[in-house]
Amino acid sequence: MSEIRYAVGIDLGTTHCVMAAVDLHASDRDELAEGIEAIPQLTGPGAVEDRSMLPSFLYLPHPDELRPDDRTLPWGEQPAFVVGELARVMGSRTPIRLVASAKSWLCHPGVDRRAAILPVEGPEEVERVSPLQASMSYLAHLRAAWDYHHPDAPLAEQEVVLTVPASFDPAARELTAEAAAAVGLSHLVLLEEPQAALYHWILAAGDEWRKQVHIGDIILVVDLGGGTADFSLIAVTEHDGALELVRVAVGDHILLGGDNMDLALAHTIRAKLAEQGAQLDPWQVQGLTHGCRHAKEILLSAPSVAAVPVVVPSRGSRLIGGTLRTELTREEVTQALMGGFFPEVDASARPASRARAALTKLGLPYAQDAAMTRHLAAFLGRQVDATRDLQGFAGSALEHASFLHPTAVLFNGGVFKAPPLLERTLAVLNGWLNAEGAPPARLLEGADLDLAVARGAAYYGYVRRGRGVRIRGGTAKSFYVGVESAVPAVPGMEPPIEALCIAPFGMEEGTHAELPPQEVGLVVGEPVRFRFFGSSVRRADHVGEVLEQWAPEEVEELEEIAATLPAEGRQPGEVVPVRLRAAVTEVGTLRLEAVPREGAESWKIEFDVRGER
Amino acid sequence: MSDSHPSFFNRLTLALRAFWRILTDEPFAASVLRLEGEMPVAAGPAVAEPPKPALRETSPDSALQLLALLQQEGRFVDFLEENVTAYSDADIGGAARVVHEGCRKVIHHYLRIEPVRAEAEGVRLTLAAGFDTAAVRLTGNVVGQPPFNGTLMHRGWRAVEIKLPRLADGHDVRVLAPAEVEL
Repeated sequence: MSEIRYAVGIDLGTTHCVMAAVDLHASDRDELAEGIEAIPQLTGPGAVEDRSMLPSFLYLPHPDELRPDDRTLPWGEQPAFVVGELARVMGSRTPIRLVASAKSWLCHPGVDRRAAILPVEGPEEVERVSPLQASMSYLAHLRAAWDYHHPDAPLAEQEVVLTVPASFDPAARELTAEAAAAVGLSHLVLLEEPQAALYHWILAAGDEWRKQVHIGDIILVVDLGGGTADFSLIAVTEHDGALELVRVAVGDHILLGGDNMDLALAHTIRAKLAEQGAQLDPWQVQGLTHGCRHAKEILLSAPSVAAVPVVVPSRGSRLIGGTLRTELTREEVTQALMGGFFPEVDASARPASRARAALTKLGLPYAQDAAMTRHLAAFLGRQVDATRDLQGFAGSALEHASFLHPTAVLFNGGVFKAPPLLERTLAVLNGWLNAEGAPPARLLEGADLDLAVARGAAYYGYVRRGRGVRIRGGTAKSFYVGVESAVPAVPGMEPPIEALCIAPFGMEEGTHAELPPQEVGLVVGEPVRFRFFGSSVRRADHVGEVLEQWAPEEVEELEEIAATLPAEGRQPGEVVPVRLRAAVTEVGTLRLEAVPREGAESWKIEFDVRGER
Repeated sequence: MSDSHPSFFNRLTLALRAFWRILTDEPFAASVLRLEGEMPVAAGPAVAEPPKPALRETSPDSALQLLALLQQEGRFVDFLEENVTAYSDADIGGAARVVHEGCRKVIHHYLRIEPVRAEAEGVRLTLAAGFDTAAVRLTGNVVGQPPFNGTLMHRGWRAVEIKLPRLADGHDVRVLAPAEVEL
């Protein structure tokens, strides 16, 4: 086996992927040889360019759309499916052949993630791929791009840190790791994106970071990308006289991001054009969304500008006659973005959720409330006790606090390229803190909002080798299996279910939980399914603890898990008592095993990702 | 630099020196006359050296590629091909925004363009002998010897770097924008 030369960070994002690397040979304490990797990709039919980002889009072209020559990549491949910029461009004209947001589908509990279901809107004849295959195709492209630039150090032999949303559930993490393994990335570690953003901040601050945070600080990381919002809380503690970072809480998975904002602005303008009697076709709406993004960036970065013209070009070659012209005003942007996405709300505000119609169309479970500030309030409110058991935080966990009080904030994600949105979020948070008599949270200055996660991930690959501070934390949830409680059966009533804790909160990578004393029965040769639960707030539960009842906001039901006992040496149908053991692999995925009373063998329990819940 | 290919300035000095010597030195003038008369004869296979100034054909590929990018992002060809006299300035202005925004994006993405002269337009400047005559053009009262003193009327532009997308072998660059047929 060859020596590992690079630590490579891969940000496998909802809307784009970024790859960064640290050259381990060329780096020492004083000098870190790190940077973003260029990703060659098709930008037009037959045209290849190096870009720092690979748009996470997969296009399934019709045979008459592109000739093989038009799909030639620098490494001589002519893949049948197009990935990256060209996929994005072609998909904007022909959405029925475009796979987008594969990452959000990967953690969508309502669908079978291994089934070829994408693109959902595609007609019969369009070949479909599974969310897993789509993720694999992005990783395969990144791997080929790397190998093309580093023929002497293939990616399969490097240490790869792949980032996932902190809110990814165990099944989605496992699928991500599976996709990476399928394209041959064997030295793999998963890292939560908000942590990667903080690693990047440490990397950018250099030795100064120790002066910018203090013991007792609670850093809130707000990561608002193109498609998802992700929150994490990281506490600054002390261990053996040195500063230590502990990730104490992560938020729920929220499908809400910058793309929603551009779309909201486009709808504002569209309504305005409709008043003038102009109807837009879908192609023009696309152009409008693009124009709005541009206008938004100008309006949000130049306070003196009151309005920016937005022009919707005609589709035909008559540019002048067919072009629609309107403008986006400061007031409209403020109303749509500040009012819609960053409203000033109280700390007690919670996102509105309406019951979904029983028969929803197959689609992604987008956040129903667009107000980012309400989601943040809910997160901090739920995590009010997150630091209660942490050393050095006795004073800061105030008795009367209604939400957890962060002392510093790190923003990440393309949305915050607009300073007013960042300032607004900070102002709203500081308003909540002020109302409870707490000092305002400091802003941790970071740059590179688009590229920070990949660079931070590569840096993590470097510090894992014992060359810098690491964020501890382990799993951000405790996990439970559902067992039927032993009560006399009542006709017409399902036996109540109890939750048996099998994995405590904060399990570190490469460790396993003890065996619970309780046994469950597995039927030989038949799949046995268990309901599976997780809690991001029950930090004190031990393995073997049984919850008879719980509040719905406290424990969340995850996808079922299923175990099948091979029939070897046993009678099919025989019931074997087993105990369930949880472990966190070195990669960072949760692994569940069924351990029988006798014998050394154990069987892996699978996460059911078929979406039959 | 080899002696057989004297530079422009060397030749200029030589010409000026020769000019005076031909006027003042009769035997020298006679030799020059002889040399000039002989040239076509002597310039047989041995003296094929001084290459004839030649014009070269440029490959249209990059030009078409850039034009396609300008069309794709900024509707450049659409704009130029349209009859602007039929429209009001407001209409043209609206379309010009599309062209400006898109073409500017292309120019900034694929090329790095810098002014030739860093000075502000309108300032007086001095051009020392040996300035790059390709990058600075003299206009107006062009007489005398460098250093020249003059006013910077236009700063000029220079493409410092150009990086166009790589093209596949079979790619037809003559298609600037494919026709679009919606099914």
